[in-house]
Amino acid sequence: MNWLDIIVQGVLLGGLYALFATGLSLVFGIMRLVNLAHGDLIVFAAFGILLAVSTLGLNPFLAALLAAPVMFALGWALQRYVLNRVLGKDILPPLLVTFGLSVALQNGLLQAFSADTRRIPAGALEGGSLNLGVVTVGWMPLLTFASAVLVILALNRIFYATALGRAFRATSDDPVTASLMGLDPKGVFAMATGIAMVVVTVAALYLGMRANFDPSIGPARLIYAFEAVIIGGLGSLWGTLAGGIIIGVAQTLGAAINPEWQILAGHLAFLLVLLIRPRGLFPRAVD
Amino acid sequence: MTVTATTRTRAGTITGILALILIAGAMALPAVASRSLIQDLFFILTMLTLAQLWNLLAGYGGMVSVGQQAFVGIGAYAMFAGVILWGIDPVLAIPLGGIAALALAIPTAFFAFRLQGAYFAIGTWVIAEVTRLLIAQWKALGGGTGTSLPREATSDIIGVETIRTIFEVREAAARDILAYWLALALAVLTIAAIYTLLRSRLGLALAAVRDNIEAAKSVGVDARRVRWAVFLVAAVMTGLTGALIYVQTARISPDAAFSVTDWTAYVIFIVVIGGIGRIEGPILGVLVFWGLQTALADYGAWYLLTLGLIAIAVMLFAPRGLWGLISDRTGLQLFPVQRRLTGTATKGGMHD
Repeated sequence: MNWLDIIVQGVLLGGLYALFATGLSLVFGIMRLVNLAHGDLIVFAAFGILLAVSTLGLNPFLAALLAAPVMFALGWALQRYVLNRVLGKDILPPLLVTFGLSVALQNGLLQAFSADTRRIPAGALEGGSLNLGVVTVGWMPLLTFASAVLVILALNRIFYATALGRAFRATSDDPVTASLMGLDPKGVFAMATGIAMVVVTVAALYLGMRANFDPSIGPARLIYAFEAVIIGGLGSLWGTLAGGIIIGVAQTLGAAINPEWQILAGHLAFLLVLLIRPRGLFPRAVD
Repeated sequence: MTVTATTRTRAGTITGILALILIAGAMALPAVASRSLIQDLFFILTMLTLAQLWNLLAGYGGMVSVGQQAFVGIGAYAMFAGVILWGIDPVLAIPLGGIAALALAIPTAFFAFRLQGAYFAIGTWVIAEVTRLLIAQWKALGGGTGTSLPREATSDIIGVETIRTIFEVREAAARDILAYWLALALAVLTIAAIYTLLRSRLGLALAAVRDNIEAAKSVGVDARRVRWAVFLVAAVMTGLTGALIYVQTARISPDAAFSVTDWTAYVIFIVVIGGIGRIEGPILGVLVFWGLQTALADYGAWYLLTLGLIAIAVMLFAPRGLWGLISDRTGLQLFPVQRRLTGTATKGGMHD
């Protein structure tokens, strides 16, 4: 058993989980909204990309590029017309609305695409790997990880170098004061969810190209994503990447010992971190 | 004169009398009802119990758990363990479900009470997943694929023979009647216990902790103790319900017993649609839920799609549910828990 290989694969798997988690982290960090439909939205976007690939014969990356603005608009509208209405001090209403959305999405997809497992064809990328001497890494996991880093770099750029980012940070810290300074928190929230849905599209692309998916797998992705967000700490995107890596490494280590322990090991790592540091490893914002 | 705080209302008293009549009628029902009606009622009663318990946790206790399936599953598996490994009668093994749920709830509470709000919701869900994955490793109870109650255990369940002779039915129907009675008892017990709790000092403390934990602490409410008590009671009752459900089903698998859809999503929808934070809510909710399920039974996924959309619509337009709408219009409270002052003021101010 090559431990180095296991850890490298785990880190790269963590890139995928970080992609699942980044959109969630963004929304959660800015408006403390837990979107329980996040996993189902990823699956929804994956079906969207698949549809574009199979009907228009597009390259999956091009299809994702096409899907991104659609997802942005959907996210914006979802926030503007539904979620903003239930946001408030009580966390129950948004939790319940997104739970309803989760169940509705899952079953809508089931109705439209059946329970068959699908995969987005990725051509030459699918089986290719890179030999680094000590370890061999697949192109696909490598690309996933690089995309996660790129997405976080881009988001941090938006966060710390643009007016929109300033609005995000101000609203995250204190929505009341931010609105006194002339910001419209509801508009800011809508932009944030829109951007989160663009990240969801990227996550969906890799979800669909790397493995089989079907309408029912959303909630499990949500759990991995949320674990990564909580491990990383509220409002820290690099923390979310670290969280994803911890889950990924724990899963590959668990699987190396006994294949049935893969998922369990990830959850146990999460519980352990939470037991030691209930606010995560690198919390930026206060809850 | 004396001014006293009371929760007694006329509607409440009438409800009490009607409830007693209804319970008596429900107990006698197997004499006339068809087997499928009894099975439907079993489903309604067990879902009602789960919904009341979730409502107690979230609606009154402010603990939004997405992991109650952990207690349904562990309760059901404890009952199976009692029957298969130790040869206990399935009905007598039901209390094992409560004990197992308690044993799981204590470490869960230690862990989950460190978390707030959304973290709590996801934390409880992860614990439920961990429990499911661990149970799936228990090879003696069928591992990941599950197992069935052995025929010799289900063939002479305590009391079934008596029911057979009274109602002159087949054994399977008699088993359904027994399960129905137990479900009725559990539902009545749960509602009565929650009602009593909410009218007691502890209930007042619970509402105070939910509405403002800091303010509650400042007037001397031991918030920790209140939350612990509610969480453990809800877990035990959920475990008992889980065990009972699987006595009737007689077949178990980790995916079914720990299903987040069946034991938490449905339950949440029932509470939300009926009206959260009211005892009447889940009662109304479970009837709507069952009505929808019956009406849309032939449409597969459309049913759940509709249910999800209805839950969203209710949260948006009637956040206190259908019962909230009714009670706003009519002021009706079937289970009054609100304290009202009674007595008339004397001239020149209030004094004894």
